[in-house]
Amino acid sequence: MYRLEEIKRAARGMWSLVVGLNITGKYFLQPNVTIHYPRQEVDNLATFRGHIELIPEDDDPLTPRCISCGTCARACPSNCITVTKKKAPAPTPEEVEQGIKPKAPKDPETFRLDFTLCSLCGQCVMSCPADAIRFSQNINIAGYSRQDFYFDLIARLRSRLPKHVKKAE
Amino acid sequence: MFTKEQIAERGFYTQHFEQGKQDNTLILNMGPQHPSTHGVLRVMLEIDGEYILRADPVLGYIHRMHEKMAEAKTYAQFITNMGRVDYLHALAWNWAFVGAVEKLGETPPTPRAEYLRVITCELNRISSHLLWWGAYLLDLGAFTPILYAFDDREELLDILQDMTGSRLTYASFTFGGVVADMSDALKERITRFIARLRDRLPMYKSLVTDNFILLGRVEDIGHIPVDMAVRYGATGPVLRGSGVAYDVRRAEPYSVYPGLDFVVPTSERTDALGRYLVRMQELEQSLNIVEQAVAQIPAGDIQAKMPKKPKVPAGEVYFAVEGARGKIGCYLQSDGGGSPYRLKLRAPSFSNLSLFAELSQGTLLADAVSILGSLDLVIPEIDR
Amino acid sequence: MIDPQLLRILVALVGILVFVALNALALVYAERKIAGHVQRRPGPYEVGPHGILQPLVDGLKLMGKQLTTPKDADPVIFWLAPVMCFMPVALCMLPIPFGPNLVALKLDLGIVLILAFAGFGVLSLCLAGWGSNNKWSLLGAARSVAQNVAYEIPLLLSVLSVAFMTGSLDLATISAGQGALPWQWNALVNPLGFIIYFICALAETNRAPFDLPEAESELTAGFHTEYSGMGFGLFFMAEYANMVVVCSVATVLFLGGWNGPFAPGWWWFLLKMYALIFLIIQIRWTYPRVRFDQLLNLCWRWLVPLALVNLVYVTIIVKL
Repeated sequence: MYRLEEIKRAARGMWSLVVGLNITGKYFLQPNVTIHYPRQEVDNLATFRGHIELIPEDDDPLTPRCISCGTCARACPSNCITVTKKKAPAPTPEEVEQGIKPKAPKDPETFRLDFTLCSLCGQCVMSCPADAIRFSQNINIAGYSRQDFYFDLIARLRSRLPKHVKKAE
Repeated sequence: MFTKEQIAERGFYTQHFEQGKQDNTLILNMGPQHPSTHGVLRVMLEIDGEYILRADPVLGYIHRMHEKMAEAKTYAQFITNMGRVDYLHALAWNWAFVGAVEKLGETPPTPRAEYLRVITCELNRISSHLLWWGAYLLDLGAFTPILYAFDDREELLDILQDMTGSRLTYASFTFGGVVADMSDALKERITRFIARLRDRLPMYKSLVTDNFILLGRVEDIGHIPVDMAVRYGATGPVLRGSGVAYDVRRAEPYSVYPGLDFVVPTSERTDALGRYLVRMQELEQSLNIVEQAVAQIPAGDIQAKMPKKPKVPAGEVYFAVEGARGKIGCYLQSDGGGSPYRLKLRAPSFSNLSLFAELSQGTLLADAVSILGSLDLVIPEIDR
Repeated sequence: MIDPQLLRILVALVGILVFVALNALALVYAERKIAGHVQRRPGPYEVGPHGILQPLVDGLKLMGKQLTTPKDADPVIFWLAPVMCFMPVALCMLPIPFGPNLVALKLDLGIVLILAFAGFGVLSLCLAGWGSNNKWSLLGAARSVAQNVAYEIPLLLSVLSVAFMTGSLDLATISAGQGALPWQWNALVNPLGFIIYFICALAETNRAPFDLPEAESELTAGFHTEYSGMGFGLFFMAEYANMVVVCSVATVLFLGGWNGPFAPGWWWFLLKMYALIFLIIQIRWTYPRVRFDQLLNLCWRWLVPLALVNLVYVTIIVKL
């Protein structure tokens, strides 16, 4: 009796092996599911959380919306962001006469991101009071040295303009 | 095999793993670097021929001091750390921390956010179980199922990327809600994915679960009696595979789980096959949960109105969620300041691994790999 | 003047060596491509069009690596092992009839020659394990020797059953004795023998699901861990060459050799041989590994009794 049970189990087992071969054979004949880089590219980058980038003003694509408050730099857990404010311009003679001190422009002098430290947590994006930061979809950031990952976000903003706007400037 | 007295005699030496009292045993170091994919786990083994006399896991190779970092960072800054503790079920760890802060500060999330949390956490659980399945079979020598599992997982990760922007280490929960919303197109996509995975599961069953060779490697291996599981504080599929129907979502309900209809799968088998079957059934139950949550989700805000600088009152709280590996606990003690005073994380894999030392006595060396795989360990979670 | 028989053997030997070497290269490529497509990915693609040059480049890489000998290992035994693994293959291919008149060595005892020299592989495993001066290599080699030796017996018995049916040990006779149509081949007259032979062939060549000796790196080291560069390359090529030998013998014994429904010739032989090789490769990528004691259990408790039962069955059929 015990032997009979064993033989039945063995027969069921052998059948399961044939079923397995059937499945892999079927997949062998089907096309690949690989997106074969660089001949093909992925198409779902619109929502990808890449490194941060500055959002330009609506009316002036060269100037970021950023007001240099430094909230993002303080919110960052890893201290990746460095923002420096612009200095007020030297007063013109008329302004000296009238005793007006010219105000510094709000947009930042420098806005640097050290991406080697960034963990893409999004605290900077969430805490910005001027809604000036968003995630980019930049995936082609392979580099040969650490310096390739120190991003100058203002330069990046300016470089992404369409060419005719740059010429006009 | 060895008698209970012989086994009891040997004891455990964690500091000085010396040769035992019996001659001609070999000391083998299953080093921190492995072909297996569990992480940096080191197990010191004393072997007599094929049988393991003693096994001693050595931990700490990936201790990154998350709990200390919590004391140095503010509450908001720490959220992203939780995704790195157990990157395979990152959203459950996010939820444990965020839930603990919300419980202490009594700032519950919005209803829509609750449902979004359930949907993303359960999808993440499915992806964790798919990866466990593939990696377990890879350890046992079957090279293809992991790629089939990853094929499904790709679609899942694409859905989660659509929603949260990340594919593995998510940081999309925040105090009072979630950061990312679910559009109608995404709802469609999730529904399609559920149907697709339901179609694939029978193939997994006939390719692997019914396979005679796999059953030989998994059946009757690593029997964990119920009292041993309870003694070591095992939770999750390890405990449910021994017959105890303890699931945090039912025992200490949180969020909208009481309103969702799902079964807590258990198995009376107590062996590795039991745990395997429990996880496969959990996969199906998670699909049910996501389906219901997508149907029931209300419209509304995804984030409650919180003050600019949220204040967490002084006090202590413990909040637990059900992770893919077991009960994830977060004990938070606050003194009213901007950072936690003390944060203690309870990792389920730590308790699950601790029963390996007693479990593996007297087993074959070749079965040790099977047992470790069936416990579903993620070492970074053990070491935090 | 050179004896024409000797000349024939020499020419055949060169031809066979070229055939085996080319096959080894082609099989490396085929295995990786088949593995890729079973797993729904492309496999090797970049080196040469569709990755055709990959095995060549791999071979060059292996040849360029440093040949290290472990400390306190016996260099003679250590380096003899991979060479000895590869040598008998050429010899084993000599009696195999590729076509009606395409056989290198017409021997009355072709089968016995092949089985005898297949044993050399086991000896080379022993030497590899001992010569590595590594206790885990030794244990891994001891296990694989136990596996190989155990599976020789049902192999022998299933081959014997075919010899009973045909009444001769000469491969050319066995091949010609089977008819042109598939139901006249030995595989369908003697299916149990074919299955037993196939399982034993998988175990003899250390292929999955019986590849515990090689993939033992999950826990301990296999017998070829201490080998780097060309030493490893030779073991690797020997595995594919053994696969070719074992599949050609299976084709001759069970699948009718060079016979076919129309136009019999060496092309049918190659077709059947490659079909069997494809099956072996697909099996590797489908099943998990069998545990060692289960492997031996399978042999001693199932295959040997079944092979004996098969012998009885075949004698009855022959009598009828």
